[in-house]
Amino acid sequence: MSLKSLAFGAAIAALSTAAYAEPVKVGMITTLSGGGAGLGLDVRDGFLLAVKQSGNADIEMVIEDDQQKPDIAVQLADKMIQSEKVDVMTGIIFSNLAMAVIPSAVAQGKFYLSPNAGPSALAGAGCNPNYFNVAWQNDNLHEAAGAYANSAGFTNSFILAPNYPAGQDALTGYKRMYEGELAGELYTQLGQNDYAAEIAQIRASGADSVFFFLPGGMGISFLKQYADSGVDLPVVGPAFSFDQGILQAVGAAALGVKNTSQWSKDLDNPTNAAFVESFESEYGRLPSLYASQGFDTANLLLSAMEKADVTDADAFRAALKEADFASTRGDFKFNNNHHPIQNIYVREVIQEGDIFTNKIIATALENHGDAYAADCKM
Amino acid sequence: MSERSFNALVLLGLIAFPLWALWADEPFLITLATRAVILAIAGVGLNIALGLGGLVSLGHAAFFGLGGYAMGILASHAQMYDPIMTAPILIEGTKSMPVIWLVAIVVSGLAALAIGALSLRTSGVYFIMITLAFGQMFYYFAISWPAYGGEDGLSIYVRNGFPGLNTLVPIQFYGLTFAILLIALALHWQIARSPFGLALNAARQSSVRAQTVGIAPFRLRLIAFTISGMITGLAGALFADLNRFVSPTMFSWQLSGEIIVFVIIGGVARLFGPVVGAIVFIMLEHVLGGLSDYWHIYLGALLLGIVLFARGGIIGLIAGRGGHG
Amino acid sequence: MSLILLAEQVLNGLQFGVMLFLMAAGLTLVFGVMGLINLAHGSLYMIGAFAAAAVAGATGSFLLALVAALAAAAAAGALVERFVIRRLYDRDHLDQVLATFALILIFSEGTRWVFGSFPLYLNIPAWLSGPVMLPGGIQYPMYRLALIGVGLAVALGLYLLINHTRLGVRIRAGAADREMIAALGVDISRLYTVVFALGAALAGLAGALVGAIQSVQVGMGEPVLILAFVVIVIGGIGSIKGALVGALLVGVTDTMGGLLLPPLFALFMEPSAAATAGSALASMGIYLLMAAVLVWRPLGLFGVRT
Repeated sequence: MSLKSLAFGAAIAALSTAAYAEPVKVGMITTLSGGGAGLGLDVRDGFLLAVKQSGNADIEMVIEDDQQKPDIAVQLADKMIQSEKVDVMTGIIFSNLAMAVIPSAVAQGKFYLSPNAGPSALAGAGCNPNYFNVAWQNDNLHEAAGAYANSAGFTNSFILAPNYPAGQDALTGYKRMYEGELAGELYTQLGQNDYAAEIAQIRASGADSVFFFLPGGMGISFLKQYADSGVDLPVVGPAFSFDQGILQAVGAAALGVKNTSQWSKDLDNPTNAAFVESFESEYGRLPSLYASQGFDTANLLLSAMEKADVTDADAFRAALKEADFASTRGDFKFNNNHHPIQNIYVREVIQEGDIFTNKIIATALENHGDAYAADCKM
Repeated sequence: MSERSFNALVLLGLIAFPLWALWADEPFLITLATRAVILAIAGVGLNIALGLGGLVSLGHAAFFGLGGYAMGILASHAQMYDPIMTAPILIEGTKSMPVIWLVAIVVSGLAALAIGALSLRTSGVYFIMITLAFGQMFYYFAISWPAYGGEDGLSIYVRNGFPGLNTLVPIQFYGLTFAILLIALALHWQIARSPFGLALNAARQSSVRAQTVGIAPFRLRLIAFTISGMITGLAGALFADLNRFVSPTMFSWQLSGEIIVFVIIGGVARLFGPVVGAIVFIMLEHVLGGLSDYWHIYLGALLLGIVLFARGGIIGLIAGRGGHG
Repeated sequence: MSLILLAEQVLNGLQFGVMLFLMAAGLTLVFGVMGLINLAHGSLYMIGAFAAAAVAGATGSFLLALVAALAAAAAAGALVERFVIRRLYDRDHLDQVLATFALILIFSEGTRWVFGSFPLYLNIPAWLSGPVMLPGGIQYPMYRLALIGVGLAVALGLYLLINHTRLGVRIRAGAADREMIAALGVDISRLYTVVFALGAALAGLAGALVGAIQSVQVGMGEPVLILAFVVIVIGGIGSIKGALVGALLVGVTDTMGGLLLPPLFALFMEPSAAATAGSALASMGIYLLMAAVLVWRPLGLFGVRT
């Protein structure tokens, strides 16, 4: 109800016409219920905001909730391809769902624009001409954290992540850039909420810094417990645990923590300033990393629609590849594997009045691609 | 309406609906029907333990998941031309459905035998909690064991094959699953009528009385639990093939809960209970899910209503009480 | 591995254990007295945490937040008992499982509807934050020590309540013989409401206490619920003493497994494989413990055949 009427409303309310009259049907599968819903809501809202602002009436949206369950996502993808006959798909938040849906969707000739997940299997030998990642390859932010650790002079890091593929990729990504020694390397349980045992090991390890990747509630739990443990080694991590949506839940425990991100609220470019302001006035909350990714994804699609007709797949693909749109992150272009080449920044968690948020303090990696692009024959 | 004619109506619907969808060129509706049929098979499996044996298993997702992983592991090795093991004997992956099904049935049957042998030492509420806990054990293992994708699961790019059929055509795959559902139903029907089934029923109603006439409830229940696990495991393999994907969520306890829900919405111990339950569940998911972000609230309220006010499930409402079979 | 680390981990196991005990005590009480299996017990834990976060956010007082958690969970428990659970006492376990499964769906999505999809903020009060130095040079968070204290105090309180009060007599009588106690003129339906609300309040307290060091989010109750099931299966269903022993066993096993298994595997495997294999086995540790107890004593350590 709410989702669909909002989307259709946005499409119908818009009055201007695009250069090409052929409408594009977009199927968005994202997580709108359950524990991971915050991420999906932000991607969806960012995307719809861009569509609304464009005034382009030729986008028809179909939005569905995957409940963060891979089998539901597969079923919805079947529905969108077989019944709704969408042209472009987008929206998936979690890598495991992405792996379940994307290979088969692009094999059936659909375009897929990823607003969040970037599993390594789709960046290297498994890359596909119809698959474009508008967020990052999964390793990127971890690599940036490793690069930052070098510049901050860390030489003995303790690193931890959940024991699942994205967690293993995270530690691999960090180690790819980090040049110091490891004081310890731990895999925790996925969904674990008590880190007393891990913090005790950090305390005993003699490390000079901690890198962690614990998305969602796991990160909140870890940070609260870490702040209270009396261990005060510097902490660095990817932006996922320090994003606008969850920072308020972590509170003062996160203050001063360095995290790496390709986007930040205070990134200084006109597109971003306008985006932050309009998102806040439209939805009454500050945008997150995910919202910016949703917004950029929609603008990429809109830019391609200006140049080519979606029924002409080759032309449309070339138009997407140009990435001729104003990104909230400033410079943005696609690598040969259709993953971003972009700057990744170091942010610090600060307090502005009652609100916890991030500010950029340095650039960790400039014009960074990913380690898998060389394996992509495309 | 008698239960028998209602069942005939359900079967007719399961034949007519996909044919109509084929005619109307709505392949997704066929996929949706396939999903309902596969979940119904899982429910028929559970119904043998739950309906005939009175064993409330809250861990049947373990068998469903094992069946799924049997498919995923065999097919992923086959698609990479990488044998599963080379020593002491060479075992290769396969893309053939009958072989995969056999493996799925054997593996989930062995697991059911082991879990059953442990948990059937207890009964009642212990049994519920223990089966739940064993299901979780498989879930955590599947998440944290990296060899087969862990949390990410395994993607199979092309659906496995069945001799003489093109399983990629939705209606053909549907026909295959429908045939298996019929076989599972026939098996349930046979068991319910056999001396074994009658003894099982006697043990369900009064364990003590059954023992006095020389029936050993433990063995009967273990056999029923194992058969039940085998059928649910087969459903898991089919489900994995439908999605061309397996992941640890197939082991999740919510799935165990949903399989119970199918059985109860339809009517416990009714032959067609799980079939009706699965169809209704899929329809609800499809309709309610489109209405609201918070559709789980309505689903919960509906389930609550059925438990509190419509004992005997939908078939009980339509066909009246009694007349089990 | 140093002795200090080991000692710290034992404390962590204890702390985890007593929080599990708060959950398990309510479950086992409800089962012992009413014969009811309640899957929605985890939802009451979640309600406690959300109530605490909301009140702490509005008033800034952690103690008020704890009171709110107890009150909200007890009230939710009493309401659910009055309108739903009461109809289930004379049903079989199957109906109870399904109805309480439905309650989980309603509570989880309802909470998300009211509080939104993002986790809430709840933190340790200033007067309990930071580490303390224990004898032997162990640095340990004061809040976790306080949790151990609260958990043990609740255990003692429950022991006194059940063995030395009129309510306790009725609870024991209800567990032993349901018809008898009704015949003696005790208002059985009120007793049931009180017991259910008591169990709910304990779950709510656990949710609020743990919520301060973990993430307060929808769905936080279910993993704890399943662990609490394992606890009472090990301890023996219906036995408060069993719940305490089972909870401590599970807490210590889980903590120690995660600490000891990966290095143990590293003795004969390469480090990264040992880390994953060790963690995989550690995640199954408590279930293996449960299986072992079942083989040895099918009714749990302190279970009695009813």
